[in-house]
Amino acid sequence: MKQIYLDYAASTPVDSDVVKAMIPYFSETYGNPSSTHKHGRTAREAVEHARKQVSSCFNVDPKTILFTSGGTEADNLALKGILFQHLPKDLGKGPHIITSEIEHPAVLQTCKQLEAYGYSIAYLPVDNTGLVDLDLLEETIVEDTKLISIMYANNEIGTIEPVEKIGKIAHKHNVLFHTDAVQAVGKVPIDLSKLPIDLLSLSSHKIYGPKGVGALYHTKEITFDPLLQGGGHEWGKRSGTLNTPGIVGLGKACELSKQRLSNDINHLQKMRDYFIEKLNEIESSTLNGHPTKRLVNNIHFRFEGIEGNALHSMLDEKGISIATGSACSSEKIHASHVLLALGLSPEEAISSIRFTIGRNTKKEEIDYVLPIVKESINHLRSISPLWEQNE
Amino acid sequence: MNQEYTSIVKDHFFHPRNVGRISTPSGSGTVGNPSCGDVMTIDIMVENDMITEAKFQTYGCAAAIASGSMTTEMIKGKTITECKKLTMDDIIQKLGGLPEEKTHCSNLATDALHKAIDDYQNND
Repeated sequence: MKQIYLDYAASTPVDSDVVKAMIPYFSETYGNPSSTHKHGRTAREAVEHARKQVSSCFNVDPKTILFTSGGTEADNLALKGILFQHLPKDLGKGPHIITSEIEHPAVLQTCKQLEAYGYSIAYLPVDNTGLVDLDLLEETIVEDTKLISIMYANNEIGTIEPVEKIGKIAHKHNVLFHTDAVQAVGKVPIDLSKLPIDLLSLSSHKIYGPKGVGALYHTKEITFDPLLQGGGHEWGKRSGTLNTPGIVGLGKACELSKQRLSNDINHLQKMRDYFIEKLNEIESSTLNGHPTKRLVNNIHFRFEGIEGNALHSMLDEKGISIATGSACSSEKIHASHVLLALGLSPEEAISSIRFTIGRNTKKEEIDYVLPIVKESINHLRSISPLWEQNE
Repeated sequence: MNQEYTSIVKDHFFHPRNVGRISTPSGSGTVGNPSCGDVMTIDIMVENDMITEAKFQTYGCAAAIASGSMTTEMIKGKTITECKKLTMDDIIQKLGGLPEEKTHCSNLATDALHKAIDDYQNND
């Protein structure tokens, strides 16, 4: 059976050039990059070369790039690393972090943990397309606000936030601005030398690099209370032996991403718009998110009268991999916090699914998938009591 | 599939038996809530205390659909007394098992069935 992958926002295949770049760093150049002998120095050179590849992708100084185990660690380090330098008792009661209701769990759950420690967090609502309200953001800032963390682009619905405007507001009030750009990198041009962004999280496996590695961009003057203590790696900001092959892979993936950015955007946008146009033809189907301020690879729809997990199972059985936002637990389905924040009803949220396309997605694949999607929706609607009530 | 389903579950998911409504049922039961992602309706026709026809509709996951389909298959030709004894575990067993987090889907089917039987007995 044909296997079609339409879940590129979850992960991407590692590019063959990336694999090629990584291979020597497993068994040939295996020294610890922190060792000062020849074996170590060669590995260190590879790490520093990768750091340059990552930094030049964003047009910034290599010293601003700190390697982590992935996007989640980068987000945790940005939030906790900054807030842990201030004890909650030394701060006022106003929000210490301002974030949004639609952040990735790596940010949201970190905020919940900080709240449990006594920090104060403001969760900004979003409009029905997923955009934060800039006036509300500015009104929410108080003297104790240490950090604003708003994602560059949402992982579920693909809405691109106005990060430049957010950063300007943050800087006007002397507040640091962190953005989780895990989904945006490789799909949006990001010039950090021009953008008012102080910290940015990125992940390698979303940009055709290996899993288990990421980076936190941070302007040089920023200090952290490290999450990981140890041998003082990464200027003491993140201890732990450097993952040389992973870092080399991330470097190469960033270099390729920079080279291919305009081609990728062009290709993905064409494919996305075609996919959306065709799915719109399905009766009682609605695109979730923003019509234009949207990642070029994101197609997020709700189909009235069906349950997303059922459609997911049906497509999976037919060799098509997609994502749903809702998780089935023992008693009930938990609708996605992102979709609920848009103002969707739980029923609408549960009827939603996400397709995310990638560099390798071809029009023929979309044409192969479309009739199967339509057929599956018709089948599920023919079983559904909610659909009959609609007729 | 996102959960490992048995071939019986897959068969009933892709080819559900007895889908639809009965126009003038002896009894009808609907349970669940769309906001929880699960709604199940079961209609039954009863003659001489025996279920002669059963239909179902489900809004829900693969396990819920398969449970509805299997339940209607199991109750046809059985007496009301027999059907009243039908439990979630009976359905799960007939399906060859369900993933742990999906067992409540079978409960939905027996709840709808018992509600349909109550409806029939109250109409009587």
